[in-house]
Amino acid sequence: MTEMTAERKLSALEERFPGKVSPDARPGYEGFTVAPKDLLEVATALRDELGYDYLSSVTAVDYPEENVFEVVYHFYKSTGGRALVLSAQTPRNKASLPSLTPLYPAADFQEREAWDLMGVKFEGHPDLRRILMWEGFDGFPLRKDWKEAYYEEEHKPFAARWPEGAVRRSEDLNAFSGNVAYSKEFMAQPDKYEEEAEPLLYAKLNEEAEKMGRNFETDFVTVNMGPQHPSTHGVFRMAVMLDGETIVALKPVMGYLHRNHEKIGERNTYLHNMPFTDRLDYLSSMSNNWGYALAVEKLMGNRVSVPERAEYIRVIMAELTRISNHLWAIGFLLNDLGAFFTPSLYAIEERELILDIFEATTGSRMMCNYFRFGGVARDFPEDSWNKLKDLVNERLPRRIDELDVYLTNNEIVGSRTTGVGVLTPEEAIAYGMAGPVLRASGVPYDVRRADPYGIYESFDFDVAVRYHGDCYDRYIIRMDELRQSLKILQQAVKRIPAGSVLDKNPYNVRVPAGESYGRVEGPKGELGFYIVSDGSANPHRYHVRAPSFINLTALEKMCVGQKVADVVVILGSIDIVLGEVDR
Amino acid sequence: MTDNAIPNINTPGYDVPAEMQGQVAVTSMDRLLKLLDPAYNWGRRNSIWPMMFGLACCAIEMICTAASRYDLARFGMEVMRASPRQSDMMIVSGTVTKKMVPQIVRLYNQMPEPKYVIAMGACASGGGPFKEGYNVVSGIDRYVPVDVYIPGCPPTPQALLHGLMKLQEKIDSQSITRERWYDSDVPADAIPVPVLGPDLMDPRDFKKMKQLAKQGAKA
Ligand code: SF4
Repeated sequence: MTEMTAERKLSALEERFPGKVSPDARPGYEGFTVAPKDLLEVATALRDELGYDYLSSVTAVDYPEENVFEVVYHFYKSTGGRALVLSAQTPRNKASLPSLTPLYPAADFQEREAWDLMGVKFEGHPDLRRILMWEGFDGFPLRKDWKEAYYEEEHKPFAARWPEGAVRRSEDLNAFSGNVAYSKEFMAQPDKYEEEAEPLLYAKLNEEAEKMGRNFETDFVTVNMGPQHPSTHGVFRMAVMLDGETIVALKPVMGYLHRNHEKIGERNTYLHNMPFTDRLDYLSSMSNNWGYALAVEKLMGNRVSVPERAEYIRVIMAELTRISNHLWAIGFLLNDLGAFFTPSLYAIEERELILDIFEATTGSRMMCNYFRFGGVARDFPEDSWNKLKDLVNERLPRRIDELDVYLTNNEIVGSRTTGVGVLTPEEAIAYGMAGPVLRASGVPYDVRRADPYGIYESFDFDVAVRYHGDCYDRYIIRMDELRQSLKILQQAVKRIPAGSVLDKNPYNVRVPAGESYGRVEGPKGELGFYIVSDGSANPHRYHVRAPSFINLTALEKMCVGQKVADVVVILGSIDIVLGEVDR
Repeated sequence: MTDNAIPNINTPGYDVPAEMQGQVAVTSMDRLLKLLDPAYNWGRRNSIWPMMFGLACCAIEMICTAASRYDLARFGMEVMRASPRQSDMMIVSGTVTKKMVPQIVRLYNQMPEPKYVIAMGACASGGGPFKEGYNVVSGIDRYVPVDVYIPGCPPTPQALLHGLMKLQEKIDSQSITRERWYDSDVPADAIPVPVLGPDLMDPRDFKKMKQLAKQGAKA
């Protein structure tokens, strides 16, 4: 059935643009290719005529042999269905493509990321600055020919450590015994270097502020919140321009936790990456595992199959993760509102009980590293069943009701959040919002229903949706989702079959060449993993579509016109995790 | 009390103001310190104010340690301050990136003495799983002095508590006569803040850079 619809769409796009769009001929690739000059035209038609209004992921891939960069776009319909993958190539020495940001604002940060890490220029992008690294950094790190200071070899396991296992400190290889490298010319006169105080950032801020106009004959004030600020949930920074107390412009500044997940991921073997995914959104490691496992399993095709019991365990773990994440999010949203730590202490208390189950199952509270290609690492421990059943049937429903009673009708919560940071459904789709933020704006889009994976189709649950798109709805929708997750969990613990939890040998996986995009509905939204395999033991390209990162695209939109105190609430209601924002 | 028991009660070898005579007896500095140091350290060790400063995944475990089940308040450490000016201890809880190092050093410089640093987790201690990344620093101890290292990825709350108890032991062993920060003659130099250039630069490395460049030119 799905195959047929894909077939029809294919012809629709090709019919509309004969000769301009062609199916990707490389084996294992599923998308369409388009010439750079036709990109804008095709994308406009996709949005306006064919209904692909949701641009989920934009990323660049380096093909040094063909001497091109390829930029890959994943489009979806906001009404559900499978992806339409479009790719455009540009030569490596003059990498430049038209920007899709004017059409799809969701491309804004993602194109900046591709510029920052891969060095692809996007013509027509309104604000093409570096986003994760700092302005002035030497080179484009994700290019295949760019080597980091501690570079040893292209792929792990490194010959120096395997199979003898010799211990070697990377520091000893470096002249400064640190993870730094400078060009020769630079080293000759380092003190001539002048540090610039981010002129591009402030110029942009000024420009947007001037566009907004002034209310009073006063100066605008620039305030930097973060990277060390209690309300930013980590090392996130916002440069805010104020007119009195009203925000006229806001620019997020990130990268303070950029840990080079993708570069390291391309040196790792496939299974090697699993524990690294834990550390993306470190509040919900199980969901991250699942997204990655899904992408690789999709590439492996029929070489791997997931036993039914493992599918159930995956659902149980992912939903428990969602509960623990939402409890945390609600607790800390209240923190941001000034209910300092009391609600979050209640939330953390429940979260600890879930972590106990994770620890009993996987050996770790947070970094579970539990999923394998073709199942999960080990079975659910027998002696934790009763605890789990008690938790999902008795304790959590009661505790969530309790939180609901105390918080939902609380007057301060209401007056601080109602009507604050509103995002309309059209804006939410255009900005590529995902997860609770999207659904709170009245778009009932949930990957578990829109493009089902695992065994979600067999569960009875509702996609939570709210219609005002303000901070209050983003709070209340998390309450709704907590209850829906419990509903799924109650069915799952009742129905879970016996059997094995792992397909044969998950180590040493052979992944055929091709590309794949696996996406799951993580607690923060659509979490996607884009993998390009060249048939070797390591991914050729490994990219994470991080919901926290892309949800920040609309932060400025939500904040402009609000008071500065509301920024804290709006940010809290988006629920970001810096590990995922910066990767 | 006769003069024989404490012969020099009012003549300790330095001037005792008239109104203090017969009131305060400093017979030996050592004995005084034996009384003073434990009392003073007892107060300090049980009222450390940590900085509310989280970097990455480890920060979540740090929050859990402060929260309901593990309850940092038992150690008198629950008063997390968001301002470095009000805190005594910085828990470096997570991956230290090049982009963040200048901020961390600045925060450290802004903390008042006596101050302590705990490197929590593999990342803060030595780079951790992301060590080889182009934006990651191999441990915070390259820039600020660290008092306690806590292994783990992330360290469990129990491990963090253990590390904090180790810090308390360290405080117990300190004496006001020996520590640098009570000596007004020794200036406490600020740590030079690293600079973000083509790569992270430590101003202390400039000399070495030039030297290396010269060698390179000769070779
Ligand atoms: S040590 Fe592990 S848990 Fe802690 S910040 Fe580093 S990666 Fe995260």
